[in-house]
Amino acid sequence: MTQTRYYLTRSPEPEKEKSRGGGGGTAMRVIVPLQGVVQGRGGLVLGSLIPCALFYFLQFYLKRNRDDTNDQNESNSPPQNPTPSSDQLTELPTLTRSLSRAFLSPRNPSGPVPIAARVSGIVKGADSPYYIGLRRVKEDPYDELDNPNGVIQLGLAENKLSLDLVKDWLAENASKAILGNGKELSISGIATYQPFDGSMEFKVAVAGFMSQVMEKDVSFNPSQIVLTAGANPAIEILSFCLADTGNAFLVPTPCYPGLDRDVKWRTGVEIIHVPCRSADNFNLSIAALDRSFNQAKTRGLKVRGIIISNPSNPVGSLLSRETLYSLLDFAREKNIHIVSNEILAGSTHENEEFISMAEIIEQEDIDRKRVHIVYGLSKYLSLPGFRVGVIYSFNDDVMAAAKKLTRFSAISAPSQRLLIAMLSDTRFIQTFITTNRERLQRMYVQLVAGLEKMGIKSIKSSGGFYCWADMSGLISSYSEKGEFELWDRLLNIGKLNVTPGSCCHCIERGWFRFCFATLTEKDIPVVMERIQKVLKPVN
Amino acid sequence: MRLVVPLQGVVQGRGGLIFGSLIPCALFYFLQLYLKRHRSPRNPPSPSASLQNLAEMNRTSSRSNLLSRGSIGPARISSLATSISKPNDSPYYIGLDKVSEDPYDRFGNPDGVIQLGLSENRLCFDLIEKWMLENLTDSIRGRDGDDLSISGIASYQPLDGTMELKMAMAGFMSHVIGGAVSFEPSQMVLTAGATPAIETLCFCLADHGNAFLVPTPYYPGFDRDMKWRTGVELIPVHCRSTDNFTLSISVLDQAFNQTRKRGTKIRGILLSNPANPVGNLLSREILCDLLDFAREKNIHIISDEIFAGSIYGNEEFVSIADVLDSEDFDKSRVHIVYGLSKDLSLPGFLVGVIYSLNDNVLVAARKLTRFSSISAPTQKLLVSMLSDARFIKEYMETNKKRIRNMRDLFVSGLEGLGIRCADSSAGLYCWANMSKLIPSYGEKGELELWDKLLNVAKINVTPGSACHCIEPGWFRCCFTTLDEEDIPLVMERIRKATDSRAS
Repeated sequence: MTQTRYYLTRSPEPEKEKSRGGGGGTAMRVIVPLQGVVQGRGGLVLGSLIPCALFYFLQFYLKRNRDDTNDQNESNSPPQNPTPSSDQLTELPTLTRSLSRAFLSPRNPSGPVPIAARVSGIVKGADSPYYIGLRRVKEDPYDELDNPNGVIQLGLAENKLSLDLVKDWLAENASKAILGNGKELSISGIATYQPFDGSMEFKVAVAGFMSQVMEKDVSFNPSQIVLTAGANPAIEILSFCLADTGNAFLVPTPCYPGLDRDVKWRTGVEIIHVPCRSADNFNLSIAALDRSFNQAKTRGLKVRGIIISNPSNPVGSLLSRETLYSLLDFAREKNIHIVSNEILAGSTHENEEFISMAEIIEQEDIDRKRVHIVYGLSKYLSLPGFRVGVIYSFNDDVMAAAKKLTRFSAISAPSQRLLIAMLSDTRFIQTFITTNRERLQRMYVQLVAGLEKMGIKSIKSSGGFYCWADMSGLISSYSEKGEFELWDRLLNIGKLNVTPGSCCHCIERGWFRFCFATLTEKDIPVVMERIQKVLKPVN
Repeated sequence: MRLVVPLQGVVQGRGGLIFGSLIPCALFYFLQLYLKRHRSPRNPPSPSASLQNLAEMNRTSSRSNLLSRGSIGPARISSLATSISKPNDSPYYIGLDKVSEDPYDRFGNPDGVIQLGLSENRLCFDLIEKWMLENLTDSIRGRDGDDLSISGIASYQPLDGTMELKMAMAGFMSHVIGGAVSFEPSQMVLTAGATPAIETLCFCLADHGNAFLVPTPYYPGFDRDMKWRTGVELIPVHCRSTDNFTLSISVLDQAFNQTRKRGTKIRGILLSNPANPVGNLLSREILCDLLDFAREKNIHIISDEIFAGSIYGNEEFVSIADVLDSEDFDKSRVHIVYGLSKDLSLPGFLVGVIYSLNDNVLVAARKLTRFSSISAPTQKLLVSMLSDARFIKEYMETNKKRIRNMRDLFVSGLEGLGIRCADSSAGLYCWANMSKLIPSYGEKGELELWDKLLNVAKINVTPGSACHCIEPGWFRCCFTTLDEEDIPLVMERIRKATDSRAS
């Protein structure tokens, strides 16, 4: 061994000598420093090591520089107007460098301190029409008596139809529920540190409630439940748990407008839209899914899962049993996760049967671990301010991680107490479910009839608080611009806040989401009148 | 020879330099590529043993299944989830778990583990309970039982807290922090606990790979709050017992420069004042120096003042807000975190506050509260509780008195065992020096003592190493979860455990 090694390093010498003798060597030596090394001892070793080292540093240098430019791009990414802070962000490196040089005499402070580049998009990002509309309603909300010229809210997925039932219940039971019948020591149950992922009592109550809502033989296991402060953090936590920065989720569009914020903002995860079309009633097709998957793969993106919403928001359609099975097959084939957002599960109002992923995985043992279901209680129960989200999963690692992450979004104890009492009151819940369903249906029918009278068609919706209406005949040009123009007229002339399809990433133009569960029946004629007013100049 | 050394031949020919450099470079590049490829699949198998078993089961079942070749074991989860789904390894969390399995109860479970590891205040529950019994119904239903207030708790609220609660909170904070500081409700963002408040600030101030300087010993939860999801690093700035663990600017500067040299960008300093776990306060001078330092380096300061109202010493607490007000400092780089978990002993209510004068940070933080907002009934309740000035005043005074009393009892008990505590004037804990009791001077010895206290004496304390303390043998003991009657038992248990070592 030693001999060969000796030869390896040694052997160059004689031949080298010759080549030097070949003439031109001396001149070469100056120009080509490496040559000298090669000709000396250890030629092979040094001659390889040095270029390698240089190359390594070059790579290192390039990597650094690339990161920097990325940073700068990111901070500038919302191409609106480069506001002062984005300028500071890019200037920062030079600023601090010169500062540290002048270290001991800190001259004039270097201007405002920079914030993280990753939130500068959040800070400046121009709000989409969805959020602009919500803000407008907040500033000038319609009220039949006090503010009849205010903006009518059709943009918020909130259910106010059965608020009276909830109010009555709360008035009767609230304080008793929180204090636990006035027994002593109950205070330590709400004031002290509680498990962040929700108390077991609460989980049991939630599991029972969910079975009741499904109206079927689906049983929920309380120990597979993690509770969060709303459905937004539930989705974000799953996004954190299932995908790394730079990975992607497939999302059939149209999807709900806040999904981008929940999935992408803090996690650095990407969304790949899988366009569904009106020709298929916006139903998901596995072929489209497969196509998007492959496209992502060729782009070098790792797809970690699919996020579906069932009943779908904004369309309101339900996924059939066959679709669910083929989704599961697809996920198995690609070895990816499925996040099923069933936040609207209780709000089905037609006779079509709702099938939860939970029902399917009850039978499908093997694929349980890749399915994660999100529920939200508060929206359905007309208690959005309560902020209760549910993660239901059979993947132990995801459960363990999600439980630990609930330290950042736990539900406060008094609310848990209140809801335990409310959800355990099965008689109340049953009344609520039945009444709420009836009212949803009545509102839906009226709204659709009103729209149809004006020639506006909509996709048949069987769940949720929405009507997905086709106004493509009414937009001035078939483009996002045309759609926004109509949205703007509806908001400013008609004083109606609806959500344009492009906020839901719909691939076709002219679709709008109308949320009807914040209205009363008396409001519907007003809404129709206002739409009429907006449409007149066009007709 | 040529066969053995292929490069040699190239070097001797024309273009020697080019080939002689290019070829090794290319080879090296491929080597790196190869190593990289091989490295990545090695990470995933970490999901615990059970998962690996599962992988095998799955494979066989899926093979027999429908011949779907694609499925190769369970779908991967993120590296974050993989790393945090493992069982806790920090003694701080192991101890907490142990207590929750077998909690001490004087009557129900006298042999259980006594909790001295959780900084929770149970001394004034009677006051809170009394208030609740008297006012709860009114505060939720509204004074006259009108139903408008019910729709107030049922409908969508601003995610960053209602204006009423912010106003009530501003009043409460001014009362607690004292001095001439007044807090502006519009500069506040309310979150579901101080934990998300800290995380949100971290998201807003630093990017992945950036760092914060943190004086040690520090609260063990910071590692989770600041690092887990944000990808930010914490750089310990070591304080020592000889200075009673007070921070010095020169050490800070040293840590700053060292980190800089490593190529890591520092975005701020994370302080806790009153300090957790030591319980000492930052003086006005050091706060001014810190602000100067931050300006010089152009970095942020997060000041966690969650224990501001739990002062029992005679020393005056100075908030960084106070210093900002009185002198001409750049306000946009200071962010204060507060909460009701400690001072009002309502950790179950989960209420945290970000107070900042940086508009960009406020805008971002407000939007991020969609992930951690306080539920409406709790807000409603707190508005009336915090606005009840008489109750708050009485509560704060009684609370301070009771903390001081417990602290005196506890510290003198420890002194009876020959254990000295660091000087402190705030908090729900004391920082005890047990370095004489540890079997060997080092982290190992410290953890041995901790283990013995937990498993033999059945006492859960937090070892200094969990707080990143550089000196071994220090322990944090929280005494506000105890009853006075429990103190002799605690001392007895410590004595027994440490005696048995000597004998």
